[in-house]
Amino acid sequence: MTVVAPASDTRPCALELRDVHKSFGATAVIRGVSLEVTQGERHAIIGPNGAGKSTLFNLISGRFAPTSGSIRVNGEEVTGQPPFEMYRRGLARSFQVTNIYPRLSVYENIRCSVLWCLGHRYNFWRSVAKLRDANERTERTLEQIGMTARRSTPAGVLTYAEQRALEIGITIAGDSSVILLDEPTAGMSRHETESAVELIRSVSQGRTLVIVEHDMGVVFNLADRISVVVYGLIIATDAPERIRQNAAVQTAYLDATAHA
Amino acid sequence: MTMSRATPSSRGIVSVRAAWFREHGLWLVTIGLLLVLPHIPGLNSNFGRSLLSQMGIATVFALSYHLLLGQTGLLSFGHAVYFGLGGFAAIHVMRAINAGLGLPMPLVPLAGAAAGLFFGLLFGSLTTRRAGVVFALISLGIGELVFAASRMLQGWSGGEEGLTANRAAGPHVFGLNFASQLQVYYIIVFWAVVAAWLMYAFTRTPVGRMCNAIRDNPERAAFVGYDPQRVRLIVFAVAATFAGLAGGLHAVNYEIVAADAVGAARSGIVLLMVYIGGEAYYVGAILGAITITWLQVSLSDYTTAWQLYLGLFFMAIVLFAPGGLAGLIMMHGPIVRTRAFGSVIKAYGIAAIAVLVMLVGAIVLFEINYRLSTEPESGSRMKLFWIGIDTATPWPWLAAALLAVGGFYAFRKTWPYVAAAWQRASDEAGLDRDRGEAR
Repeated sequence: MTVVAPASDTRPCALELRDVHKSFGATAVIRGVSLEVTQGERHAIIGPNGAGKSTLFNLISGRFAPTSGSIRVNGEEVTGQPPFEMYRRGLARSFQVTNIYPRLSVYENIRCSVLWCLGHRYNFWRSVAKLRDANERTERTLEQIGMTARRSTPAGVLTYAEQRALEIGITIAGDSSVILLDEPTAGMSRHETESAVELIRSVSQGRTLVIVEHDMGVVFNLADRISVVVYGLIIATDAPERIRQNAAVQTAYLDATAHA
Repeated sequence: MTMSRATPSSRGIVSVRAAWFREHGLWLVTIGLLLVLPHIPGLNSNFGRSLLSQMGIATVFALSYHLLLGQTGLLSFGHAVYFGLGGFAAIHVMRAINAGLGLPMPLVPLAGAAAGLFFGLLFGSLTTRRAGVVFALISLGIGELVFAASRMLQGWSGGEEGLTANRAAGPHVFGLNFASQLQVYYIIVFWAVVAAWLMYAFTRTPVGRMCNAIRDNPERAAFVGYDPQRVRLIVFAVAATFAGLAGGLHAVNYEIVAADAVGAARSGIVLLMVYIGGEAYYVGAILGAITITWLQVSLSDYTTAWQLYLGLFFMAIVLFAPGGLAGLIMMHGPIVRTRAFGSVIKAYGIAAIAVLVMLVGAIVLFEINYRLSTEPESGSRMKLFWIGIDTATPWPWLAAALLAVGGFYAFRKTWPYVAAAWQRASDEAGLDRDRGEAR
């Protein structure tokens, strides 16, 4: 049913989906998706509105449990696990609708996302101010996303573009080897998009990236491989130039886009 | 810093000390103040010391509630459960001491803390499964359950009358027998300072920070590795421990614990304290505890309708100053040094006169109605604000209504002046800030 293009080399799988289904009541939103993303790959998921891209992300990151099928992260079976278990196995995600801690400062927003992976977990006897590794990692992440100057600002009053950068910062601050970014450039100006792409390129260095994106410029610029989702199915997974030439993709995607 | 460590110049040491003072100075000043408070005129009576003791107990209880509401966003309607069960545990230990157990009385509050921790984990594993409305409702249910149980289990709680103990009948420590209110005050101050410092430190630990994170956005916290349910359980157990400690202090202070210690009224009052003080601020819980305890004690001396005024005060805060007392103070921080601040104070003064007139009118109306309906037997003559009046004539009613309405009207008229002065001051503060950034 779904044709998965073989990965170009023998690197192990960072993310593996096998015949994943998801229904909400009688409505089947994901109708049997299989996908393999190798370690270090930058993988884009594209498709028309309502194709199920965000649902797919919600399944992979543990926000929803799949109705059937299996999901593996770095070789480990994680199907049906809650988000924090997914994170502990090396998977972090960002959200299409900005999902930050509005009353906390930019600095605290980032620091809260480095505590678990540095092993501080449910520690309630040491002062965070004295956790040198956490504070250094926070500083470094702030620098990466270019928000050092905004460190004390409450996240709720940042501009939209700043909140999007913070959203990415929260996602990448930890050690996660697999990063899912849900439409990171949505609603950005051309200039903001360019710097966002540079940011994504640099922070995904040495990690596996899965990205949902509507901006085809961003997708073809960034991705090693692209999967096309239409009506809850992956109709093709391939290198960007071959996706561009794929007739089935063109008719299905353009057709669906025209209807949307 | 590294320079001063390598070559310990006197200047380096001074700067290290200065940093230490910046961090701990306020605590030291507070401790010093607490030590001398029961000796200053006005407070050096038994009444004054008892009031201070009550404030100390309320502060610990309110701070523990602040961990839930302010830090974690958990609105509990049954926090007194842990206060009261801590109190019962402590009074049982005190009775054991009276019967010969060789434990010094100042350690009794620890029994309360242990009981708070135990029941916090027990009930918390149920209540903290959810946040929001579900949490609030389950906490209310458990509160009612424990209140009903503690009235029924007479042998354990003493039923309606409660259990009593004698804090003076036990082993003496350094020749102290803990009979006097002053000695009890110092026990309370000791535990209150320890508890306040520990709770403050808790807010600055990884779990303390994640409490803020799950208050703001529990879903996001789950996506960075934390189980929000687990974070809630930890903070709930910590809050219950300190509520239990406050209950233990209550037992030592009053030498009696009854079912009302776990009751809904006490759960309500701690919510009022934290909200009126400013739920978002640590210091707000302290301000609220002190203010409400003082109002409770002093207002109840003047009027039997004091709960009505407390309720109105709470409503005024919720409607007009949702940041609470601490929020009002913080709001003025940026404008205090502006030149326009003088005009803000002047405008406040004028508005305050109007509010005062309005309040006098309203209070007279409340009091007349309250007395006529609660003590009709005492007739129509009464004394309010040191003036004798006869409510059988229309004049007191008319005068009071005139004051209330006139005061309200005057307040509405003066408000634009306050707003304008505020605008000038905050503009000036804003200009200063912009200039500071440009530099």
